Amino acid sequence: MTATADRAAAGRKTPQVVDMSWDPITRIIGNLGIYTKVDFANREVTECRSTSSLFRGYSVFMRGKDPRDAGFITSRICGICGDNHTTCSNYAQQMAYGVKPPPLAEHITNLGEAAEYLFDHTIFQDNLVFVDFCEAMVKATNPGVLAKAERTEAPHAHVHGYRTIADLMRAFNPFEGAVYKEALQVSRITREMFCLMEGRHVHPSTLYPGGVGTMPSPTTFTDYLSRLMRTLDFVKKSVSMNDDVFDFFYEALPGYEEVGRRRIMLGCWGAWQDPQVCDYRYENMNAWGKKMFVTPGIIVDGELVTNNLVDINLGMRILLGSSYYEDWVNEEPFVTRDPLGNPVDMRHPWNQTTVPAPQKRDFEGNYSWVMSPRWYDSASGQHLPLDTGGGPLARLWSTALNGLVETPYIKATGRSVRISLPKSEKLPEMTFEWEIPKWSNTLERDRARPYFVAYSAAMALQFAEQALDLVRAGDTKIFNDYELPEEGIGCGFHEAVRGVLSHHLVIKDKKIANYHPYPPTPWNASPRDIYGNPGPYEDAVQGQPIFEENGPDDFKGIDIMRTVRSFDPCLPCGVHMYLGKGKELQQTHSPMFGASNGTGAGHG
Amino acid sequence: MTTASGTRHTSEHPADGRGGIGEIDILWISEGMSCDGDTVSMTAADQPAIEDVVQGLIPGLPKINLYNKVLSPTLGGEEFLAPFRAAARGASQNPFILVIEGSIPNQNIIEGDGYWTSFGNDEDTGEPLTLNWWLDHLTPHAWAVMAVGTCATYGGIHAMAGNPTGSMGLADYLGWDYTSQAGLPIVNLPGCPIQPENFMETLTWVLYHAAGAAPPPPLDDKLRPQWLFGKTVHEGCDRAAYYEQGDFAKDYNSPKCQVKVGCWGPVVNCNVPKRGWMAGIGGCPNVGGICIGCTMPGFPDAFMPFMDEPTGGSLSATLIRPYGAFIRRMRGITNFAVNQEPKWRHNEPALTSGYDPHWRS
Repeated sequence: MTATADRAAAGRKTPQVVDMSWDPITRIIGNLGIYTKVDFANREVTECRSTSSLFRGYSVFMRGKDPRDAGFITSRICGICGDNHTTCSNYAQQMAYGVKPPPLAEHITNLGEAAEYLFDHTIFQDNLVFVDFCEAMVKATNPGVLAKAERTEAPHAHVHGYRTIADLMRAFNPFEGAVYKEALQVSRITREMFCLMEGRHVHPSTLYPGGVGTMPSPTTFTDYLSRLMRTLDFVKKSVSMNDDVFDFFYEALPGYEEVGRRRIMLGCWGAWQDPQVCDYRYENMNAWGKKMFVTPGIIVDGELVTNNLVDINLGMRILLGSSYYEDWVNEEPFVTRDPLGNPVDMRHPWNQTTVPAPQKRDFEGNYSWVMSPRWYDSASGQHLPLDTGGGPLARLWSTALNGLVETPYIKATGRSVRISLPKSEKLPEMTFEWEIPKWSNTLERDRARPYFVAYSAAMALQFAEQALDLVRAGDTKIFNDYELPEEGIGCGFHEAVRGVLSHHLVIKDKKIANYHPYPPTPWNASPRDIYGNPGPYEDAVQGQPIFEENGPDDFKGIDIMRTVRSFDPCLPCGVHMYLGKGKELQQTHSPMFGASNGTGAGHG
Repeated sequence: MTTASGTRHTSEHPADGRGGIGEIDILWISEGMSCDGDTVSMTAADQPAIEDVVQGLIPGLPKINLYNKVLSPTLGGEEFLAPFRAAARGASQNPFILVIEGSIPNQNIIEGDGYWTSFGNDEDTGEPLTLNWWLDHLTPHAWAVMAVGTCATYGGIHAMAGNPTGSMGLADYLGWDYTSQAGLPIVNLPGCPIQPENFMETLTWVLYHAAGAAPPPPLDDKLRPQWLFGKTVHEGCDRAAYYEQGDFAKDYNSPKCQVKVGCWGPVVNCNVPKRGWMAGIGGCPNVGGICIGCTMPGFPDAFMPFMDEPTGGSLSATLIRPYGAFIRRMRGITNFAVNQEPKWRHNEPALTSGYDPHWRS
């Protein structure tokens, strides 16, 4: 399964295996611990287990509540992309209620989501991920690489203004570097854009099933557009800065493509509805799904398996095997057939019942508060542990491969995505082309992020123009009313910032009978399932080479941390994993990095 | 990780002889039943910005060491946990403010060794350390304790009816009469999530107090800052005038008062419509989002279903209708009158403005 499993066993030295753990992991959302065994003689990670401990029980306490409350409640699942949940919940509710929001409401929602991608990817990439690539960190982990960076001219210096790669790295030093600080400011401007559309961040106030409450005055869009234009210089610079740093890493550390590499098994559920086409009817879901402005798709070994949302929905299986829950297979199913008459599996989220059973953490048995979402591939009979590539990688890959998206600013070509951004304060009109990479690995997950920021800016320009056209034409309806049905089912498919997001809803007696959201992190960081299949994280970490120059005594684990963060972990949904059998260890060691009793380790 | 930084004169002698604290740690734990949304929301504030506080750019504050998982430059693990472990032993170098984010689960309802949420592992056994363990070991030593967000203050979403974890707020866990080393009660800053500037303003007040430059922040009986939560949403809402005129939105297409379509603004303590969400932008009912009472101890149950008219709202709305209709009619007449220009503004050959060059009173 792993990309590295077939690596030649020849020339291997006697293993020198050391236990290395980091718990909690910093600079992510939620609580995550990573436990590895590192073989310093052969410079690779031999085992990885990942654990996170949080159960809150949304699927439990939402039962019996008014379905219209679901969007407000599920936002609280996540503190950085809560609006993605609200949006997805409203998609599911609109299907269940049989209501389609007016076109302007769809544009407003799309503008809000575009601002969320701009904000979230920026703060995550520049203020959290890039600390792993900044000058201070590289100095502490690969001084040889830093020395080379000091001597390496940055190819895009004419765009971003930093002469050498080391200058670039210095600009990302936390709380002090110019880019780090500028990114914080940009993350505020983009959140102001978000608030103009969705009221507040991170839990929106103006999104409703059936539309929005945002007052669509011309001013609303003027304020949004002027802020968007102010961010474009930074967006353009970011793409160039990231490309320069990641290209340099491939060059300075030959073989770095193996870090975090796994088999290409990507899932994307699509983003941004086209109000011209989308009616939220399940029967038409394949058609309007393909018209989304990020195309849904499941990609295995570089091939498109499907881009039909109905197939994607019906193939979902929630497996157990390592989790603190009782099984539900003997419960009554909620939904035996979908609206098209297709049979629905007992392991589908529509039929799931969540019964928590807290217990001692046992790495040989149950050790996880999360289940194992898989996609059942009927052709191969396999339950595939899809990953999202942290979000942008799968979104760009699926959109590029499908070749369906064509807008004034974006063109999907079948092998790439071209993104054009207009003239901004300091930089001219620029076109960026993201090409499908050779690998699904750490650097490519990270590289895709700034490209998707550019993609989001390009979409935001289009939605703002379309919205203003409607407003100027007097078409300012933003909400359509409906009757709450006695019974109904719905599903919503969307892209949270870090990847696939679906909500599955069953209504009985005008109340929620069953509600199960499936965010990206359970997919990415799922534990070993009943069939013994590990999830994407350990697949990516286990077997990866180690390039850090420090030995066991002052090991930081930077290569492992880069891999973990490349997936943009977002753990409030709770994740635990464990991989492999315990081994005889020569020593146990938890990496320290300037730690002290709280002195001198603070910022500044 | 430390990176070279400039001299900070403000942190050397912050109290200017006032005998306050010169250096203070902020130990922030978001491992309650949390979404980390309050940490994220805090980073939206520019008035003041967290990086300004951390870098000593606010005159008169102590030197700050912030330990927050999301923003930590460390790689995590023991390096990140060190100050927390020291503080739990009562051995922290500096006084510390403990910030708690997320609802507090009830560990007592679990039989055996399970846990709802944990933060790091026990140094001896390697078993997960529960949030509750940390609270029990840190709160006796804390110089001040802040509960951030409605989950930590009162329980919030994860404490709603039917929840399986027995979640509650920090004061429910520690006792409402808890006082810190500095003699302060828990400082509650509700909001789901916190309004960014409300939090930063409260934090800096506590820090000024630490520096000896300010009295403790004034709190109400729910331990909220009085100046932020002393008024209702309705009292600061752009749409309140429609209420006075008995003019109500019937659905979400309308710019008018939303009490008929689910807004709880008239009875909720919160300043968001007045202050906006960030830098004066956004908010809730002022920009078309019904108030769901997210700052309140009764949230969410007392306000559900969110999109229906609040109980009791129909009576007051009915009472104001005839008065409001009359007022609106009168204002309409006056409004018509003041929309007319006076008759002496014309281009005729004669001046009719009443001008008299020799006028005396």
